[in-house]
Amino acid sequence: MAEQQTPYAIECRELTKTFGSVVANDRVNLSVRRGEILALLGENGSGKTTLMNMLSGIYHPDSGEILVDGRPAVISSPIDAMGLGIGMIHQHFKLVEVFSAMDNIVLGTPERLLPPRQLREKILSICGSFGLEIEPEKPVCEMSVSEKQTVEIVKVLYRGAQILILDEPTAVLTPQETDRLFAILRRMKEQGCAVIIITHKLNEVLSISDRVTILRKGRSIDTVITAETSQKALTELMVGRPVVLEIGRPEPEHPDTILKVVDLTVKKPDGSIALNDISFQIRTGEILGVAGVAGSGQKELCETIAGLTLPEKGAILYHKENLVGKSPAEIIRLGVSMSFVPEDRLGMGLVASMGMVDNMLLKSYRAGGGPFVDRRPARELAETLVEKLSIVTPGVETPVRLLSGGNVQKVLLGREIESEPNLLITAYPVRGLDINSSYTIYDLLNEQKKKGVAVMFIGEDLDVLLELSDRILVLCHGQITGVADARSVTKEHLGLMMTGEFAGKGGEAS
Amino acid sequence: MSTAPRREPLLRVVSRPEKSPRQVLLLRLESVLLSLAAGGVFILLIGYNPFEIYATILSGAFRSRMAVQATVKYAIPLVIASLGVTLAFRMRFWNIGAEGQIIMGAVFASYFALFHAGWNHWLLIAVMLLAGALGGGLWGLIPALCKVRWNTNETLLTLMLNYIALHIVSYLRDGPWRDMEAAGFSKIARFDKNAALDKVLGVHFGWIIALLLVAAVFVYLGRTKQGYEIAVVGESQETARYAGMNVRRIILRTMALSGAVCGLGGMIQATGADITLTTAVAGGVGFTAIIVAWLAQLNAPMILVVSILFSVLEKGAGVVQSTYGISSNCAAVLQGIILFFILGCEFFVRYTVVPRGKGGCRNAA
Repeated sequence: MAEQQTPYAIECRELTKTFGSVVANDRVNLSVRRGEILALLGENGSGKTTLMNMLSGIYHPDSGEILVDGRPAVISSPIDAMGLGIGMIHQHFKLVEVFSAMDNIVLGTPERLLPPRQLREKILSICGSFGLEIEPEKPVCEMSVSEKQTVEIVKVLYRGAQILILDEPTAVLTPQETDRLFAILRRMKEQGCAVIIITHKLNEVLSISDRVTILRKGRSIDTVITAETSQKALTELMVGRPVVLEIGRPEPEHPDTILKVVDLTVKKPDGSIALNDISFQIRTGEILGVAGVAGSGQKELCETIAGLTLPEKGAILYHKENLVGKSPAEIIRLGVSMSFVPEDRLGMGLVASMGMVDNMLLKSYRAGGGPFVDRRPARELAETLVEKLSIVTPGVETPVRLLSGGNVQKVLLGREIESEPNLLITAYPVRGLDINSSYTIYDLLNEQKKKGVAVMFIGEDLDVLLELSDRILVLCHGQITGVADARSVTKEHLGLMMTGEFAGKGGEAS
Repeated sequence: MSTAPRREPLLRVVSRPEKSPRQVLLLRLESVLLSLAAGGVFILLIGYNPFEIYATILSGAFRSRMAVQATVKYAIPLVIASLGVTLAFRMRFWNIGAEGQIIMGAVFASYFALFHAGWNHWLLIAVMLLAGALGGGLWGLIPALCKVRWNTNETLLTLMLNYIALHIVSYLRDGPWRDMEAAGFSKIARFDKNAALDKVLGVHFGWIIALLLVAAVFVYLGRTKQGYEIAVVGESQETARYAGMNVRRIILRTMALSGAVCGLGGMIQATGADITLTTAVAGGVGFTAIIVAWLAQLNAPMILVVSILFSVLEKGAGVVQSTYGISSNCAAVLQGIILFFILGCEFFVRYTVVPRGKGGCRNAA
């Protein structure tokens, strides 16, 4: 690294932010120069997003100071941040869906009244200098996720941002789209922008950044130069102790088809097609991975199998019995368990304000006659789970919303597993978990597999899917673009299938 | 870099750590004391001695057997209606139609009191209790049905049904149920003695029903399967569906129950306190009940306590009015001040305010 004495584009000194009793950021230090890409690495809940929200004026620090170009700055609102040349690209896009790309870009700026031709030229010239490609007139609602992200980037560049912050930009992208994004980021770096990229994917950190700042439990643990570190060293800094990164994959025993989905078509509430004529099967004793860019129909697939959504057509045969038209309660009784964990984690599987005991009751409260709920078995189950899965909680009556993400996941998955399902559907079970907890979850799933349970694992991380699954089903725009043998398929191949560019005949390998 | 960095805001709101129940209790006590002090300033300003006035409120509510009985009489419909709305509120169904449900309960019960007064006394009382629950329950079911069928706004519907109920009483009073023997203005006849609730310890036995309902609602919400369902639906309907619950049925059942409890309150007010049906049978109790339910944090035993406090204030203020000749509006102002402090205290349970320069960002320009 060049040891220039130029001031940092952004320097954070001892920033602290607390939410209630939770210290999200504890005296965090961070700095980035112009012409540099800084990766901010940390497990979920380590305070990355809080830190970035302070830089972009959404939160106000409790103490500590922020220097922009060497001068102290108070950032009280996103407008202040913009004025200082700081632009944030959020994980969840903040775009007006019915507006065109151009309207979104100029929204809220004084230039919005200029003639469209002039605006268009200005936008295209910005795009040209960074190698971005957009169609200014295209409405945002017709864009792919990657196109929307490009619009977000142009939006902040148009407002004169010199310091870009990207919050987990690759979470929604295919490997190919990620490569394209990284090329753009490198262009920006050459043009003298300062870039901060938040991610928890180690390989991305290594390929894109110049330096890495590691956060752990709200503290900035260390800042290292990327060229001098390794995946293993970064993991240890992130987790705080050495870890073994290996997922077991026992061979399936006596696979036998338990669920057969035939010609299933599902529509979203707005009438658009969510799943288009898909067919596949799940077997006992195997893990079927489901890959796909977020929003390719995963949610609808889960909900349809669980009986929460009625399909347009098609059948779901469970031991030759059609589940379509059965109520969720009947499907639960048949031994189909779904632990679907949406983005907000607590959304559907757990009741946030209730303690573990009451959450254990969620699917079993009807047991036993009479009008009263028997909480004794639930309490015993909760206590068993706390011990077995080492769940950290002040008590089994503490509302689960106060537990950390990893513990919430353990509560949810633990309950589902204890109900001894025959088919376990789990979506994003390691989302937001630290590395260690993630491996606990993988072990739990493998344990179920060995017991002969059919497991459907909807995942985000292709590396994990490749290591854990027996077969991988790839969804793209509600269609199955292939079912691949996880032991032989490559990541690049899966990436192509995810974009639908490659209708892979991975075949029904067994 | 066009805009100059701004100064740190003068006051900032920061959320507090979860407080222990003890601290919360202490904070609430503080707020009550503060409210009394602020109320005292108000009394001083209108030219009276606050200590005297407060003492009169207390003694007014408890000074004699009759005063205590009157206080209890105020509390009965309030307790029952608060329990009723609590059932719906636990499900996050904003039933602000307790007023109408009370009235309809009273109307249904009044039918039997007016036209079947000759029945065996206990049979008549039992039938009227059922009719009261039925009337309120049906009135509560209407907005729930619209909600599950067309996803209408329950706040608006329950509110509007209040006025419909009120005008039904006006219609009955001026039309079919008009008391022909009362000359001059129209009213509904006083009920036969046979149709009136018996007195126990000097107050109609509605107070026993109210106490039983407190226990019943407490057990229902905390211990039964249906109570559990209400809690889950209130938190997230998606989760309830995922757990295999029939959300529509739970909404309908709970609202019918909520209305039924309010209707029971109406029946008790009409046959126990008023011994007739008037347009004032609910008299705003259905709205006060909403405040009581929230102050009591939707907890049944707490509702009993808060309702009694409200009744003491109500009865005591009446005595102050007659003793000192202070307008009843002043009593209302006093009530308002107390409520303001108690509700305002909830903000400080969750947040704290940090002034500029105290533990904030130090680098103000």
